[in-house]
This record gives sequence, C-alpha cells and structure tokens, in this order.
Amino acid sequence: MQGMEVTKSCIRTAARALMLAAELAGTAWAGTSQEQLGALSAQAGRSPSAAQGQQFFNAQHGREWSCASCHNAQPTGAGKHANTGKSISALAPAFNPERFTDPAKSEKWFRRNCNDVLARECTPAEKADVQAWLVSLKR
Amino acid sequence: MKWIAILLLAGAGLARADSPQRVTPLPKYQQECAACHLAYPPGMLPAASWKRLMGSLDKHYGTDASLDEASVREISGWLQTHAGTYKRVSEEPPQDRITRSQWFVRKHSEVDPQIWKQAAVKSAANCAACHTAANKGSFRESEIQFPKGLDARFRRNWSD
Repeated sequence: MQGMEVTKSCIRTAARALMLAAELAGTAWAGTSQEQLGALSAQAGRSPSAAQGQQFFNAQHGREWSCASCHNAQPTGAGKHANTGKSISALAPAFNPERFTDPAKSEKWFRRNCNDVLARECTPAEKADVQAWLVSLKR
Repeated sequence: MKWIAILLLAGAGLARADSPQRVTPLPKYQQECAACHLAYPPGMLPAASWKRLMGSLDKHYGTDASLDEASVREISGWLQTHAGTYKRVSEEPPQDRITRSQWFVRKHSEVDPQIWKQAAVKSAANCAACHTAANKGSFRESEIQFPKGLDARFRRNWSD
C-alpha cells in the first residue's frame, strides 16, 4: 500500500511540473515583440533598460564583433553580414514587423549571435535590455 | 550510324554526370543557411565535406551557426542526397571550403586576388558579387557581371 502512495505522489509532482512547463511554454510562445519582451523581463526579474540595451548593442565584448557589426548602430534599416556581406533586414520591429514574433527564432539568433559577440550566451537581462531598446525605436 | 548514335548518347550521359546538377534548394536549407550567405549548390562539395560541416555548425568558419537537431537532420539528409559525386567534386577541399577546391581555383585563375578583398566583394565565397544568377544555382559565363561598386581600376583585367 505504501508503494501505491509513493507512486501517486510521484504522479502528482510530475503533473504539477508538466503544468508549470506548459505555463512557461505558453509565455515563451507569445507572438508579439512586446509579449516576448514581457517574458524576457520576467525571466530577468527586473524591468529592462533601453539605454543599457543600446550601449550593450554597440559595445564590443572582448571579441571582434559587436551586434552593430552586422545590424548597424541604428538597426532601423538593412544591415550587412560582417563576413559574407549578405544583406540583413532591419532588426527594429517598427521597421520590420516580422522581428521577434517567433520566440524560437529569436532564441536561436540570440544564442548564435551572443556566442559570436560575447563568446557566451546572453543573460535574460541583457536580452531584455537589447529588445527594449529595439522596440523603442519608432518610425 | 547506329554506333555513332550510341556514342553520342553515351557522351551526353557522361557530360551530365560530370557537371553540377541544378537542384531546387530545400526550403529549410534556404531559410537557415541562406540567412547569412548564398545557398551554395549542394553539388559543389562532396558528401564527406557536407557531413563535417553539418557536424560542426557551432564552429562554422568562425561563427556560431548552430541549429536544432531536427533541422540539422533534415538539411544533412538533403545535402547527402545532392552532394557532388561527379569527378571534379570527389576531392574533399582543404577546410571543406568550396573556394579551395581545385576546380574553383582553376576556374578563377584570371581573377586578380585583390578583387576578393575589396569591400564590394568581401571574399571569394561571395559568388553573387559576379555571378548574377548564383542565388538560382546558375553559374554560366554569360551571367557574369563586373561587381557593383568595385573600383574601376579592376576593369582592365575584366572581360565583360
């Protein structure tokens, strides 16, 4: 009988974990740049700073490239890949409505580009700051 | 006459097998790889080179091009299917770079090495700078153009 209780308790814990995961996934899959910013800020545990985001975006972080190397200091128009020269569409959502509408895609590019620029992943706070600045850029 | 016809047919078959096939890019290949560079025709590298490339995307010529496993599997499978098998591509070029292949070096022997370094071209990997239909997988001589924005002093060894 005791074994049965343990099993039930395990199932309850697993169910709770699943519900929590579903809730988190729900937040992470939000579809607009503002919603994604909200999710990032929640992860960071503080409200983002657009000013810090701008500084972070334009600074070098110990490696050859900054974010601006490919996206330009003012990412409201097309950028250019620093290696290949291939055109990169505008990063600020007001100038390219597709930006930050697919969280999986945003995460993929944060992962790759942070690794290229900082040789590590970015923290949620760093990502939130950068995105807050990008969202603040208006036509 | 019969023999000539057979020889002609055989010759045509060989010609096809020994030149790159134009392959419609897999949408996933286009989406993921062509975000940063030209969708290089899969027939320009042998299967072993593509396999190494797809196995080290986190260190892709100095940048992180890592992908989720499902995408890596899908793109790898397609590259393996369409990798170059014709004679000149059977060789695995140094660093698995198309631009280091013997056929590539030979085909571009008349290009002033300075041209690759100009801002308007950036590198030999930027096929589209001269090959106007490169994004469609076509590299015909007739489609070659003097790169836009390239200094006029390079005109002198240009044939177009």
